[in-house]
Amino acid sequence: MSDKKINLTLNIWRQNSATEKGNFEKFEVSVSPHDSILEVLDELNNNLEREDKIPVTFESDCREGICGTCGFVISGRPHGPLTKTATCQLHMRNFSDGEVLYLEPFKATAFPILKDLAVDREGFDKIQQAGGYISFNTGSAPDANAIPISKEIANLSLDAAECIGCGACVAACKNSSAMLFVSAKVSQFALLPQGQAERYDRVDAMVTVMDEEGFGSCTNTYACEAECPKGISVSNIARMNRDFMKSTISS
Amino acid sequence: MINLKSNVPDGNVADKWTNHKFNMKLVNPANKRKFDIIVVGTGLAGAGAAATLGELGYKVKAFTYHDSSRRAHSIAAQGGINAAKDYQNDGDSIYRLFYDTVKGGDFRSREANTYRLAEVSNNIIDQCVAQGVPFAREYGGTLANRSFGGAQVSRTFYARGETGQQLLLGAYSSLNRQIKLGNVEMFHRREMLDVVIVDDKAKGITVRNLLTGEIENYAAQAVVLATGGYSNVFFLSTSAMNSNATAAWRAHKKGATFANPCYTQIHPTCLPVHGEGQSKLVLMSESLRNDGRIWVPDIVGEKRAVKDIPENERDYYLERRYPAFGNLAPRDISSRSAKYACDEGKGVNGGRSVYLDFEDAINRLGQDTIKERYGNLFDMYQNITGENPYNVPMQIYPAPHYTMGGLWVDYNLMSNIPGLFVTGEANFSDHGANRLGASALMQGLADGYFVTPYAIGNYFGSEKPEKVDVNGPEFKEAKSSVDESTNKLLSINGKQTVDEIHRKLGELLIDKVGMSRDEKGLTKVIKDISELRDEFWTDVKVTGKPNEFNQNLERAGRVADFLELGELMAVDALDRDESCGAHFREEHQTEEGEAIRNDEDFAYVSAWEFEKAGKWKLHKEDLEFESVKLATRSYK
Repeated sequence: MSDKKINLTLNIWRQNSATEKGNFEKFEVSVSPHDSILEVLDELNNNLEREDKIPVTFESDCREGICGTCGFVISGRPHGPLTKTATCQLHMRNFSDGEVLYLEPFKATAFPILKDLAVDREGFDKIQQAGGYISFNTGSAPDANAIPISKEIANLSLDAAECIGCGACVAACKNSSAMLFVSAKVSQFALLPQGQAERYDRVDAMVTVMDEEGFGSCTNTYACEAECPKGISVSNIARMNRDFMKSTISS
Repeated sequence: MINLKSNVPDGNVADKWTNHKFNMKLVNPANKRKFDIIVVGTGLAGAGAAATLGELGYKVKAFTYHDSSRRAHSIAAQGGINAAKDYQNDGDSIYRLFYDTVKGGDFRSREANTYRLAEVSNNIIDQCVAQGVPFAREYGGTLANRSFGGAQVSRTFYARGETGQQLLLGAYSSLNRQIKLGNVEMFHRREMLDVVIVDDKAKGITVRNLLTGEIENYAAQAVVLATGGYSNVFFLSTSAMNSNATAAWRAHKKGATFANPCYTQIHPTCLPVHGEGQSKLVLMSESLRNDGRIWVPDIVGEKRAVKDIPENERDYYLERRYPAFGNLAPRDISSRSAKYACDEGKGVNGGRSVYLDFEDAINRLGQDTIKERYGNLFDMYQNITGENPYNVPMQIYPAPHYTMGGLWVDYNLMSNIPGLFVTGEANFSDHGANRLGASALMQGLADGYFVTPYAIGNYFGSEKPEKVDVNGPEFKEAKSSVDESTNKLLSINGKQTVDEIHRKLGELLIDKVGMSRDEKGLTKVIKDISELRDEFWTDVKVTGKPNEFNQNLERAGRVADFLELGELMAVDALDRDESCGAHFREEHQTEEGEAIRNDEDFAYVSAWEFEKAGKWKLHKEDLEFESVKLATRSYK
């Protein structure tokens, strides 16, 4: 692996708050191919601080692609050009010298811009609070091996449960739909025996709040799956739709 | 007057928790709603406690500095969670899990706490499965297990390499249910900057709203700090970028003693440092040591490509030195061994990394099996390094990962400030001088679901703490002191960035208070850190305004606290003139480089009382071992 630095032009969206107007600001940077794109922003911010300028606001935490805190649009694609890769895992060796990049926040009505590249995704929490759980109190659980669950079902449930709640699916969708996000949680529980008691009430409650929070409808373009850093499958959406139909018919 | 009474109940170690639960005072269901509880942090310990306290009927306010309670750093734990289920029929038991954990911690934990941890471990697995946590399973539908370091049984439950994520999302779902039911009020993007003490009891907190910069006060009859560890004091660690010690440290400055700060775990299997711009280190789960073999070239200055180094010219140093445990030796021993190999010049290309090789396992089990077990870890490795670990061995090196030290607590997880409870990684009690793999998730959930709720009920039932006015003088004073320190940070207007000073602190600590320590280095580093702290307060540059979304200001406050804590780590390491677990003093080792513990003089918990920055007073809690016999730790 070459250690040679590469030069990039970054056009970064600067916006002070949801109500103020924003614009792109251009920065020329020279970066190590080993750096992640967030480390490039760290360095840029340190330079801005030294010049007494306001650093770029962006959010991140684990930098291992699991917490879901980070994420912005890189030259038109949420989390950038690589598939199944969160922003924090995008390393500069994937870009070539002289490239021009555009960094913008996730854009969706339900995700108001807070500052620069940071957006408010509280709508996701509200959907989870509506029904993203199995109702039982601490202390009342039977032995963990009391109910066998086939390896295949456990794996399918985990495939869905891997969603990191980053919001890239919403940002990728032309309708700003949150169907992939919601269906992942609905599927995780719908597949498991423990999730059956509340299966249809759950999907009904979560979909209702999803609509209230201003997320759009699904028109099956599958842009969400293509941009999802965890590769959550759109088959979860189909499963959720079936459950939602049943919940509507039975109510 | 500092009271360090451990309040460990009488009786046989196996009966203590059961007896204690029976003897605890209760609060009747109708009265529970009259009690307000603040929980700071929403990781496993915090979310678990907030949800369970809500279920019981208390009024809970939960706080996190994240945008969502689902982001807490528990989410990044990879490998698994221990429990003494003995589903594998391989001789496991609560006593064995307890013994392994006490031994793994080199006999420096509080025996009764560790036993309770092992005792409730089985309930945790039941709880998580009922919540819908999709653990790995066998074809017959039963739960699968794997092995972790420091154990000769297979007791670790897991969900691919994302166990922490699944457990945290389970706790998050329970928390969400209580939020919907109105029992828990959730406050996002709030950073705790002070604990408020009224009439010697913890009665509230002061927080900064990270979006608006507003300083807010909240009152309650008990405060739970579940705010994680302080590995980020090293700048480069496996902790998340925002992980910090501020909540615990501010409580320390208000009178809570800080215990065993020098017990910091440097995890053996992390990605090596790649360059100057690096912001953090990435862990590769210890579970990889189930199938990966660790080695370095036999000769110093080895230049050949890995494929060209024949088997008999490779040193599988863990298998050689610790044949009984091999690659599953405990973390402190594995890390130090890697350091020694690299110090000798046997690291990969003479640098600071060793090989973690899967070739044998792939030949034996096939690539598909390895992929199923560790697929996402292998993907992550390739993503970050650009190399394919199915074809070439991984390169790894130890990195700061976990802190066994933390605020001192008694058996009820209460600090020496009545009403201030400290749980999970933020306290000190269960792991001693070294934590075994897959035990952090266990402790977080044990404290959260099964210990804190009982302990708080007992406190309310026996102490009957009164409600206080959130506009009282103590709250006003806390707010103005936070305002003052914020304004100070913004007015220094020096030349160095917060990151620059933090990085300097990290270099000092990893060099002198890292995997090995000695008197000379510690004495010097105490002075160096104190000077660096002065440098910070005269030369740091913090941009922006107090009343806005200002990440630069957030980081500055955290680093200011790290600069005090870092010094205390060195002070503690200097005081502890023995080697134990992760605390390795060069002066105390065998000819083979194994740690020499000194039970005669050091079988105590060091609890430090804050007097002023750079000045602490040592209090000691003697460790009493009634059930376990103190022995030299051996993994040979």
